[in-house]
Amino acid sequence: MSVRVVLTRTFLYLILIAVAVTCLVPFYSMLITATHSNSEIARKLLLVPGDQLNENYQRLIASANIWRGLANTAFLAVAGTIINVYTSTLVGYGFSKYRFRGRNALFMCMLATMMVPGQLGIIGFYKLVETLHMLNTYWPLLLNSIAHAFGVFMVKQFADDAVPTELIESGRIDGCGEFQIFNRIVLSLLGPVMATYAIFAFIGKWNDFLTPMIILFDNNLQTLPVMIASLKSQFTSDFGAQYVGIAISVIPIIVFFSAMSRRIKSGVAAGAVKG
Amino acid sequence: MKNKVNKSAYGYLFISPFFIGYALMGLVPILYTLYLSFTKWDGFTAPVYVGLANYKRLIHDTFFFQTIGNTLIIWIMSIVPQLILALVLALILNEKFVKGKHFFRAVFYFPNLVSTVTLGVLFALMFDWQTGSVNKMLMHLGIISEPVYWFNSPWWSRAIAAAVTCWQYFGFNLIVFIAGMQSISKDVFEAAEVDGATKKQISWYITLPLLRRVFIFTLITSVIGGLQLFDGPLMLGDGPGNTSRTMIMYLYETSFKAFDYSYGAAIAYGIFVIIMAATAITNSLTRQKE
Repeated sequence: MSVRVVLTRTFLYLILIAVAVTCLVPFYSMLITATHSNSEIARKLLLVPGDQLNENYQRLIASANIWRGLANTAFLAVAGTIINVYTSTLVGYGFSKYRFRGRNALFMCMLATMMVPGQLGIIGFYKLVETLHMLNTYWPLLLNSIAHAFGVFMVKQFADDAVPTELIESGRIDGCGEFQIFNRIVLSLLGPVMATYAIFAFIGKWNDFLTPMIILFDNNLQTLPVMIASLKSQFTSDFGAQYVGIAISVIPIIVFFSAMSRRIKSGVAAGAVKG
Repeated sequence: MKNKVNKSAYGYLFISPFFIGYALMGLVPILYTLYLSFTKWDGFTAPVYVGLANYKRLIHDTFFFQTIGNTLIIWIMSIVPQLILALVLALILNEKFVKGKHFFRAVFYFPNLVSTVTLGVLFALMFDWQTGSVNKMLMHLGIISEPVYWFNSPWWSRAIAAAVTCWQYFGFNLIVFIAGMQSISKDVFEAAEVDGATKKQISWYITLPLLRRVFIFTLITSVIGGLQLFDGPLMLGDGPGNTSRTMIMYLYETSFKAFDYSYGAAIAYGIFVIIMAATAITNSLTRQKE
């Protein structure tokens, strides 16, 4: 290898490392700062852990029920993901394996909904929820998890190749109903794409902010992102408590990501290339 | 297969959850919003029909036009570095000699997973002019001697909102680009190497042109997402003289803070028109070259 090549490679590595550091430093700073007292946070640059974590944490939970928020969000994210993935799979399979009239037109209609900005109907959504007496309940947040276009698209692309028509036919000959075939045979074949889509559905629901903020009023029902958003006004100058709060909201994501990172990235890639 | 029965009508049953769900939670609210935009409604009393009054107000609303400008500025300031960074890093990570590809990709993608609200609060704290770690660090390194009051400057406020967005999404785009590169046939690269093309030539004349489709797809989808920027900037604040207030923030504040729901509905449709126009413009700009 010539000197030139070595220099170029070192330079490219430096770029990668610099960007990686930029990605991680804010989280490092967050964890470190969460362990210091407010006066220290205000006075100096903090690079090593302090010993005030518990004090900050106690002040945080004295007035913000952060664990309740975490539990609420976990419940909504899990329930919403199950609903979203199951119904999206139903629809994706329907588009993939049944030759009904208007199939392509309906599929195009469905894809077109992805172009509609999500916030367009937010006022009407609020009014509708109010009319249905569902304000301050989880119903709207679960109902809006039903079958999303992106998930349907992913499942359909996958099912086109992964589910052999002969298998469905043989299920019919054995006397299975259409939904029996779906639940007993098809679901197991669609496992991989469902798992990948589940991650997106979960992250989307976990980070959902505007909808719970306008629908829920009761603090005991409120979700984690909305609680995090109110930390700023609730703990105006108590920075230590705020840092502990955001750390609590990031740590589950770190754990989740460590467990899932390979699948998440292949999922992003699959969605992008096929799109 | 003599027993074959035509079961295709079941297809409607299978696809019905999407259409019922979207009708109820998507279409009805959208049409309801349209109706409300022609009324006066404060959320407490019944809506009263007022015709085009909300839209007349909207086209003379300087606050609204300011938020359009802010959103476009923040979007451009975030999308340009975001796509360049993603593309450059994707090209580097596509090189054979790079070790730890998996690690780098994971780290670059990580900020995308953390909720925007959390990032907004975190960056608001970090850029706090008196207690934030950014000022502390810059002073420590001797780059500045006085703390910078970031959120008191229109351009710094916008730049921070853009930087957070860029930082959050470049990793996502990076993975999309890498996937696009990997879908390019290996034969093309081998042929180029046999013909004696240099690494730079291969990147410039082969990888980038073949990546065009993926790049344009990313750009167009980012218009829809980027112009709906909300959570992050909401946490970072309005900026001096509302200079970093985005369109959706205005929609939210008008409706759910000032309880002027009907005017909020008109704003929602105003935003819709702008996003559609921006998407159409981006689409035609990228098509011209073909």
